Amino acid sequence: MRKYYLFFRLRFAAGVQYRMAAITALTTQLVWGLMECLAYKAIAEASGNSLPMNYSAIVSYIWLKEALLALFNTWAADNDIFGMILNGDISYEMCRPLSVYSMWFSRTVGGRVSEALLRCIPVLLCAFLMPYPYKPGLPVSMEAFALFLLTAVFALGVTVAFCMLVYILCFFTLSPQGWRMVLTGAIDFLSGNIIPLPFFPQGYRKIAELLPFAYMQNVPFRIYCGDLAGADIPPAILKQIFWFLVLTLAGMLAWKQAEKRIIVQGG
Amino acid sequence: MITMENVCKSYKVAKRNAGFGEACKALFRREYEVIHALNKLSFTIQDGEMVGYIGPNGAGKSSTIKILSGILTPDSGTCVIDGRIPWKNRTEHVRHIGVVFGQRSQLWWDIPVIDSFELLKEIYSISTPQYNNKLEELTQLLQLQEILKTPTRQLSLGQRMRCEVAASLLHEPKLLFLDEPTIGLDAVSKLAVRDFIRKINREHKTTVILTTHDMQDIEVIAERVILIGRGQILLDGTLDALRHAALNTEDGTAEEQINLDRVVADLYRKLNIL
Repeated sequence: MRKYYLFFRLRFAAGVQYRMAAITALTTQLVWGLMECLAYKAIAEASGNSLPMNYSAIVSYIWLKEALLALFNTWAADNDIFGMILNGDISYEMCRPLSVYSMWFSRTVGGRVSEALLRCIPVLLCAFLMPYPYKPGLPVSMEAFALFLLTAVFALGVTVAFCMLVYILCFFTLSPQGWRMVLTGAIDFLSGNIIPLPFFPQGYRKIAELLPFAYMQNVPFRIYCGDLAGADIPPAILKQIFWFLVLTLAGMLAWKQAEKRIIVQGG
Repeated sequence: MITMENVCKSYKVAKRNAGFGEACKALFRREYEVIHALNKLSFTIQDGEMVGYIGPNGAGKSSTIKILSGILTPDSGTCVIDGRIPWKNRTEHVRHIGVVFGQRSQLWWDIPVIDSFELLKEIYSISTPQYNNKLEELTQLLQLQEILKTPTRQLSLGQRMRCEVAASLLHEPKLLFLDEPTIGLDAVSKLAVRDFIRKINREHKTTVILTTHDMQDIEVIAERVILIGRGQILLDGTLDALRHAALNTEDGTAEEQINLDRVVADLYRKLNIL
């Protein structure tokens, strides 16, 4: 366990080294978040406030999404790992007396948490300084906040388990670009990163909720802003655990296959 | 002890002629050529030996090292190292080996070298006193004092390679595989790395297998030389035996034979493995 913790810590240390990147990302996220708030404001006014989520919940959702972007986005996987697979540095990874799957898992978690910690505080600070309708609310209750934290951990687990599958896909196709474009585009949408899932038309929403992607950031964010509450919470948590287990198992099995196919070219 | 018996490994390589038309054709139908990197390779290496593993480019040297270190799974044949099959008992096997790939890096790019070492300490579950002793020993032998606190990306190639060698020995492996460890090093670093490898072998009875294109490496380090070409072992013996083999066919002068590079080049030509 300590080994994996160290991977996490080391990745954290490496992540913290990029201060400039954190500052520029802050600007992007603030501008983007505000733009989204304004867009939903326009929609809310045009539709006579009959939105599937109330406006203050949407604003909280948007700011949480921007603040924790590094934690839950599916498109920014650890590029070092893709690099290792493509250029053959994976040779060294395989010379370690550890499971490569767990090593990469903890490394990815470390990378995400370090970036998110670095970025969420300034984004949230600025967001809370926004004028009234564009300001995120506090969690609806203490229990909601506790559940938010718990489900955020599970959501991270599901997200990273999914990223692991994307890494492993690289072993089966020479260029990961194509796969990543298609997958991440679709998943960005299905995980509620572009528009929250309650805005999906009923039928589509039902389909989206059958997929693992609805159990990533969708769950903690909606618990925080009170959109997901009461009896709806336990099944959501169970499904998070279910998908985490299924995706991890699938990843481990795929890795077993990939391991046999490894060819390290040149030197 | 390492025993390799009839190990085969082949790769499929897509080939096509030059030109746009050919490129389009390759979209629909690809022609593959099967390359036999290793063709029924067999050898035995005893504990504590220092073996130089040479051969022209593409002979199968690196493939052998990768099979020995559990990275590649061969198509057929057996390989047993101290009772373990590398690719089947990978995690158990790699605990006892150290590997340096001269063209790759195992150190984390952005953080100081010492942090990478600390991670290796945890990965291999090295106890703190043992780690401290080893680190001190390696720091002294490889002159790392000045560079341990520098991030890897700011090291010169020679400095980095010294750190790489140190990194692969922290867990006191019984076996050390070196895949072109002196590639691109200046004279001083080369000498340091060579001396060090000999010392490790002398003091810790570490078995060393070394691939290189630098014949001086072989001259200084290897007691035994295995020559491989087209995936097969062509010669297995001392350096003198190698010299002899070349001498028997080429009627070069004695002076010419002193130049090891020429000896090896002659041998490659004679064996027709280029």
